[in-house]
Amino acid sequence: MTDVVDDTTASAPEPEPDPDAVAVTLNGTAISARKGELVIAAAERHGAPIPHFCYHPRMTPVGMCRQCLVEVDTGRGMQLQPSCMITVSPDMVIDTESPTAKRAQEGMIELLLANHPLDCPVCDKGGECPLQDQAYAHGPGESRFVEEKRHYEKPIPISDLVLLDRERCILCDRCTRFADEIAGDKLIHFTQRGNETQVMTFPDEPFASYFSGNTVQICPVGALTAEPYRFKARPWDLDQRESTCTTCAVGCRTVVQSSRDELLRYQGVDSDPVNHGWLCDRGRFNFEAVNSAERIADPLVRTAAGLEPTRWNGALGAAASLINDALAKGGPSSIAILGGARGTNEDAFAWGQLADAIDTPYRDAQLGDGLPIEVLGLKRATIDDAANAATVVLLGPDLKEELPVLYLRLRDAAVSGRSKLVEFSAVDTGLSRHAWRSIRHEPGTQHDAVAGAVADEAIAEQLAAGDVVIVTGRQSLAESTDATVAALQRLLDAVPDATVLPALRRGNVVGALSLGMAPTGYDAIDAMTEAAAGTIDVLVLVGADPLNDFPDVELARDALTGARHIISVDTHLSESTQLADVVLAAAAYGEKAGTTTNLEGRVTTVAHQVTATGTARPDWMIAVELASLLGDHGFGDGHPLAEVTTVDDVTDAIVATAPLFPGVTRAALAASPDGVMTLQPAAALPDVAVSVPARNRYDYRLTVSRTLYDRAVGTAMSPSLAGLAPGSAAHVNPLDLAGIGVDDGTIVQLISAKATVSMPVVGNVRVPRGVVWAPFNQRTERGGHIEDIIDAGATAIDVRIERS
Amino acid sequence: MSRLSDHNVVIAREIIARYPKPKSALIPLVHLSQEQNGYVTTEAMKHIAELIGVTPAEVYGTATFYEMFKFEPVGKYVVNVCGTMSCALLGAGELLHHAEEKLGVKAGGTTDDGLITLMPAECQAACTEAPCLQVNYRFRYRMTTSDLDALIDDLRAGRLDGEIPPHGTLGRTRQTIPDDRAVGAVHPDDVTTGPAWIPMEQDR
Amino acid sequence: MTDSTRAVTHDYIPGFYIGDRPQVVTSRFEYEDSYTLERFLATDGYKGLEKCLAGTPAQMHEEVKVSTVLGRGGAGFPAGVKWGFTPAGVWPRYLVVNGDESEPGTYKDRLLMERDPHQLIEGCLIACYAAGLSQCFLYVRGEMALAQERIATALNEAYAAGYVGTNILGTDFSVDIVLHWGAGAYVVGEETALIESLEGERGMPRLKPPFFPAAVGLYGKPTIVNNVETLANLPFVALNGSVAYTAIGTATSPGTRMVAVSGHVKRPGVFEIVNGSTTFRDIIYGEEFSQGIRDDNDLKAFVPGGGSAPWFLPDQLDVPFEGREAGTAGSMLGSGAVMVMDSTTDIPAAALTLTKFYAHESCGKCTPCREGGTWLMRLLERVVAGHGTDADLAQMLEVGQTICPGEMPHASSERLGLEAVPFPYKMTTICFVGPSAWAPLHSALTLFPEEFAARVTPAPKRISIPVTALAAAGADQ
Repeated sequence: MTDVVDDTTASAPEPEPDPDAVAVTLNGTAISARKGELVIAAAERHGAPIPHFCYHPRMTPVGMCRQCLVEVDTGRGMQLQPSCMITVSPDMVIDTESPTAKRAQEGMIELLLANHPLDCPVCDKGGECPLQDQAYAHGPGESRFVEEKRHYEKPIPISDLVLLDRERCILCDRCTRFADEIAGDKLIHFTQRGNETQVMTFPDEPFASYFSGNTVQICPVGALTAEPYRFKARPWDLDQRESTCTTCAVGCRTVVQSSRDELLRYQGVDSDPVNHGWLCDRGRFNFEAVNSAERIADPLVRTAAGLEPTRWNGALGAAASLINDALAKGGPSSIAILGGARGTNEDAFAWGQLADAIDTPYRDAQLGDGLPIEVLGLKRATIDDAANAATVVLLGPDLKEELPVLYLRLRDAAVSGRSKLVEFSAVDTGLSRHAWRSIRHEPGTQHDAVAGAVADEAIAEQLAAGDVVIVTGRQSLAESTDATVAALQRLLDAVPDATVLPALRRGNVVGALSLGMAPTGYDAIDAMTEAAAGTIDVLVLVGADPLNDFPDVELARDALTGARHIISVDTHLSESTQLADVVLAAAAYGEKAGTTTNLEGRVTTVAHQVTATGTARPDWMIAVELASLLGDHGFGDGHPLAEVTTVDDVTDAIVATAPLFPGVTRAALAASPDGVMTLQPAAALPDVAVSVPARNRYDYRLTVSRTLYDRAVGTAMSPSLAGLAPGSAAHVNPLDLAGIGVDDGTIVQLISAKATVSMPVVGNVRVPRGVVWAPFNQRTERGGHIEDIIDAGATAIDVRIERS
Repeated sequence: MSRLSDHNVVIAREIIARYPKPKSALIPLVHLSQEQNGYVTTEAMKHIAELIGVTPAEVYGTATFYEMFKFEPVGKYVVNVCGTMSCALLGAGELLHHAEEKLGVKAGGTTDDGLITLMPAECQAACTEAPCLQVNYRFRYRMTTSDLDALIDDLRAGRLDGEIPPHGTLGRTRQTIPDDRAVGAVHPDDVTTGPAWIPMEQDR
Repeated sequence: MTDSTRAVTHDYIPGFYIGDRPQVVTSRFEYEDSYTLERFLATDGYKGLEKCLAGTPAQMHEEVKVSTVLGRGGAGFPAGVKWGFTPAGVWPRYLVVNGDESEPGTYKDRLLMERDPHQLIEGCLIACYAAGLSQCFLYVRGEMALAQERIATALNEAYAAGYVGTNILGTDFSVDIVLHWGAGAYVVGEETALIESLEGERGMPRLKPPFFPAAVGLYGKPTIVNNVETLANLPFVALNGSVAYTAIGTATSPGTRMVAVSGHVKRPGVFEIVNGSTTFRDIIYGEEFSQGIRDDNDLKAFVPGGGSAPWFLPDQLDVPFEGREAGTAGSMLGSGAVMVMDSTTDIPAAALTLTKFYAHESCGKCTPCREGGTWLMRLLERVVAGHGTDADLAQMLEVGQTICPGEMPHASSERLGLEAVPFPYKMTTICFVGPSAWAPLHSALTLFPEEFAARVTPAPKRISIPVTALAAAGADQ
């Protein structure tokens, strides 16, 4: 507020009153609340926080704990009211500190503590516990409850990740409401009644939710604890920085917490445009992989004895000479650089610059598992756009599996009635049951399904009824991108004003593609094909693991064998890294600072919280150092990266040179924790002609997609998550089991033109008849991997299924 | 078999169809399963969850709220002795104590032969007939200890088999809505105009 | 026992006394087969419906409004006005019949359901027609097997005879009545909890306002929740008109109401009484009602309106049996249930039966009720058992204050020099279950302090665990 009188406003007409402002009196002071705002929120915003337990701003208020009672006068005299349940109204008088309000609040604390064990000194929540804080601030000085407290067996595991202590529970309905309203996984519920009410799962069904960790975070007491953090630290021993999760491309805001230089916990931060405070369990708990003993601590070079640790000078020198030799012998087209999507913008930019300097025609941040880069050139939607659109068209993967928090946002849009979902999918997805129309199509024929749908009167009417956002990504790894691209084009032809949210998965894939790691003519499939043909001398894998991530694993194997040399920049010894000649130890998430770009084009910061393992270095630094050893093929004088010494220098270089990043300055990022949007390129989709062979009626058409948990390093190297991967299996409609002549669980052979693999068959109602779905990149007890059947060149794959 | 029998699935589907939303049939269906099995089994709750399209945890969460649902086997007869005010004023405590001695079980327990479960109960809406009790929710009014003795003897001798069905069965007549008379469930989202007998202009 | 009505079979009319008074809802009770369609039709059954269908819905609604048919569930709100609260133009609207009678002391709805189910069905149909309600759910308390059986039979008969279902009596009035039954939870008698339960949920009350069921009810749609007795009044109103109805009772409370008198009286029973025609003295001592205290003992106290109500003393015997008067005297009429305690009554023990009931029946949603109700029960159990201290009594008041802040209503007592504090109380809970655990205990403590004082010993100096010290141990960084 300023007292300076501005002459220009004195004579100007009265400013329009804000139609959303509601004048109320809070503790004797006139304040301006917002229309529809809850009293508790208005009071908090104006410096009068009201104690509460059940209220959570992202969930429906239930008025259950009664802790937030305050006195409110709406014209009928002061009355005690739960401030989480009533919205402000004009001229309302609110007193949060009256003796009556205080007595009620103190009384509530006494009752909440009555049955609560006083085990704060051994409770994980101690020190960050709202109940403890409230008791300290508002509670009685002593306990007058001399009765026997409630006793339950404790703690009991309610899932592989979460434990429940029912004695500590104050029955605030937060976890159960979260499971119901936010996650849609109603696997925990209030049970029993009255004083014996307790949160429980069904007797033989655990709380197997992808989002279970959020319940631990929002629990206002120590009733819910997460296995990976239990008894690891005290809150006051934790150091923390705000950061962004890069497990997938949603870019959830987090705080990264550590103690004694070890990552111990990630907590969700409420970023309004992105994650609303939620995280998926994979993103929340995969810090264990950073701490893993399997981390590559030092650079390695291949000797007769295998990969041996060495010093950086030697490793970088070896890598540089491999590249220099290749350039000398085969020229730039004998080198391919793949990856960059798992690191920061700075990492990708530096490697993109190196690729430019080397002038290789083979570079790609995607591993044949994404979509053509042109999708980033379509009119881009934000997550908020999608979550508020009249219609969201889903033309891609199961978002619950691949971009879990985007799934939460769109589920909310559908459940709340804001948006209608029109889904095109070969199998049921997490969003199918919330979709207004969920259209099943045979894998590889989504373009036909779209053509049919836009001709449908009701759907056409809906598509014309308001904003349309198309969420598109790779639905199946067992088909080329052609059908999806053609389907997308048909949608855009039908709804030219539609905007597109690319559902690409890998953490910083959009950043990497925008900062120099996009293909310049040849993509990853081309590079792998060349390598398999023996024309690639040096294959550089920047955090890339083709043997696990490239859909056509046979081609990947041939490529890694066919490439004469492999340089791998990685954090863990993946299957691909184990084949490398030189391994450059990379700093992992949490060990390096920088920025990342989510699927919207939103750039946020990534925090450096712990010291890197061993001598590992950030990818950008490795690129810069390698460039310095490449002579004419490195960064010459005047190159934006020639003089960089810190990550901030690289960030500044991006701002200075990357065409889409002019506004993404460090100052702008510091001022806006929710991020800064990049500019967006414009591009048209490539023309594709799709021809899908008809399916023989004895065959099953294959669709392969990722599940949240698989063999990826972040999961496999996190002990708490590794066991959650579902494992290899062929899922068919239960009615098809009889046709195949097998029971659920029988080992079957999947026979394609290319290969035969065996795995258990599972009857799954989410799979239509005539289709077989297999999760990608799974561990298997016996038999083969589904990836053996995938053919990078095929528009669709049909298999026969037979009893082994 | 603790899932619903084929016969009961038919009844269950009839019941579900009467409600605008299937979950409304939850309590009647849990009753149906209790009628079939004498108590509420895990398998039955899963089956009901399938039938009404919710998770088993939701069935469990709702069912455990209500006292009539038993999640462990109980006797063929559940004897609920009311202990709330009017009954207590007129000797309910004595009656319950007498029942404990007669049956040789504590309140909450089941006789060794599995015939009778004795339960303390809350007000049964028969306060003028205090003290009262229910056998499988069939009333017995103004009970004396000798009435109680006679009742238990009758139950043991099977003399009340015709009158009192085994635990789980409530009303022995089910509602059946003939197809040609049924209006059908009125779904909250499918109806946007007033009913046929209310001309629009008559609505306020 | 003073008469020959002692009954042990289930289908007798237990304890109901007709008397020589107008009968609005119990007119068929004298017939052994009162629950059959045959008897119903022979005694003007469904005639009110016929008359109702001959007019417009608005006419019927107006008739009910003018009749001032008060809700008989406890709150006493006029049904015709309640129907008018449904927002215009929002469809469909539902009728939910509250047959979950379970307030301690109350016994009337079950009689009406068991003895005259067709009358209730007719009342439902009249309500649906008048208020434009598209489907009716008749929620009967789970423990009432006979009532369920009788209603199911009656509905089956009524469907077959064309009184329920499509095109009722050949008109375009079509409505299904669905028999629904509960599974044992007192709180479900609260109308929002009833709706939750009918949706297949735990019967936990919803907070109101902002949303009353008439605006946002079953499945989020406008819903009228009416008590069984309220609906049972409608056939009379439809058949005989508002003039005949309002000729009975008083201007503010027309008609009759069912009252159950139980406890230490000579003739416990249910009576249909004319509103405003009696005092509590009449009901407890009157020859046509309960005929005085058993063994000619003295009256010690009585509960005037169901277990939730603050207690009255002999001082209040001449209070008219009327809602407003009872409120001024410090209690309420509630659901029409009088429970009488004679001079032999152990007051703390009697209070315990009610506090225990409400503590047990807490749904668990609101902290004060879930934790406070049980705490009160434990404290009182200890006092009744003779192990209590004066600190326990003080703690009861503290917990009570957290449940019901401010002054608690109670009756006047000449003996103690107490002035009455009028109803209602304030409460920190959503519904009345929490306060109901406290109200009887508060009455007992206030009106019979000496009985508690005699039971307790002075509290020893207690070593207590300082919560703040523990919190400090945890939070000290």
